[in-house]
Amino acid sequence: MPPVVVGLGVYLFLSRSGPLAGLEWLFTPSAMILAQSLLALPLVSGLTMAAVEGVDSELHRQLVSLGATRVQVAGTVLLEARGGVLAAIAAAFGGAISEVGAVMLVGGNIAGHTRVLTTAIVLETRRGEFALALALGLVLLTMVLLVNLILIGFGEPRRKHVGD
Amino acid sequence: MSVIEEAYRVRALRQTYSGRCVLDIPQLEIAAGSFTALLGPSGSGKSTLLRLLDLLEEPHEGALFYAGRRVPPIAPVEARREVTTVFQRPRLLARSVLRNVSFGLELRGREDRKGVAELLERVGLAAFAETPACQLSGGEQQRVALARALAVRPKVLLLDEATANLDPANVAMIEELIAEEHERRGTTIVFVTHNVFQARRLADRCALLLGGKLVAEAPTEAFFESPADQRVRAFLAGEMVY
Repeated sequence: MPPVVVGLGVYLFLSRSGPLAGLEWLFTPSAMILAQSLLALPLVSGLTMAAVEGVDSELHRQLVSLGATRVQVAGTVLLEARGGVLAAIAAAFGGAISEVGAVMLVGGNIAGHTRVLTTAIVLETRRGEFALALALGLVLLTMVLLVNLILIGFGEPRRKHVGD
Repeated sequence: MSVIEEAYRVRALRQTYSGRCVLDIPQLEIAAGSFTALLGPSGSGKSTLLRLLDLLEEPHEGALFYAGRRVPPIAPVEARREVTTVFQRPRLLARSVLRNVSFGLELRGREDRKGVAELLERVGLAAFAETPACQLSGGEQQRVALARALAVRPKVLLLDEATANLDPANVAMIEELIAEEHERRGTTIVFVTHNVFQARRLADRCALLLGGKLVAEAPTEAFFESPADQRVRAFLAGEMVY
């Protein structure tokens, strides 16, 4: 889904004439979180579903046979698909932290309140403060890299298929 | 023999899928503490019967009693936890051998380090306790699956062609473990096999299913030495083309 369209939709819902105006979320971090959640949800659910479908379909029967309850089956299957689930989280995080359009629209890029790394980079570039923009870019890159490394760490050990 | 003499009682059981009847058993009893082999060609309904005995599926028609209690549409988890199956494929989890063997206990919120360690010794995998299960050979993985099933001390152990596709050494080891479990704990065992020799070696009762129907069920010796039904004779003589 195009982020700026999601941002526009959230803006219209939260604006003074919108159905959610009573929340008074426009130009607050809450509005930014809402927009980011709406953007991440389809990505996380789609990739998680694909990862879970990739788990051996007969595993469900084995787990029930071993005495697992429904909740235990769901938890175990998610754990088995953890590589894919973590990839979904990483993809969603990567998308969310590098997002500009939607957060700018609903957050307003207010200093000390709704300004985030991406919107700050846009602002500093427009001001001609390229050194600061680059430094902020480096911080963003480092954060993404670190989070991905942590997620990969959680995903280990991976399933390997070793023959007889 | 335990207080409850009957593990299973089946009455007028019929399983129908997409209008096709795949299992039709008018009557069958499996005694607690017995060792039963289910024989029959592919598609004869053996695995369907095993799924019913594992309380994973409800009877479409007729009645199934487990330990004297009629199995309701959905068996309570307490009853399901008394029965477990070892399948042809081990379906291990992406974790260590030790954690795989402990998995059933973990589901029950129990811990039995001594019992699990003893089981790992019995299946010859004590040295591989911390090894990821997926790194073992097929035969070793199946031994882990058996240890995982035995760790929960089931009252009924079901085996669905659990030794198919394994090398003779692993088959022998698994057969020995099952026989030992039956001997030591009086566990009721029902196993599906295509191997008539294996059935004769292990079971005290044998049953033959053909086209979803129970053709014969008798003590092993009578089943092999004096089969009453012509179809049993043909099956044992390998004359049956399927």
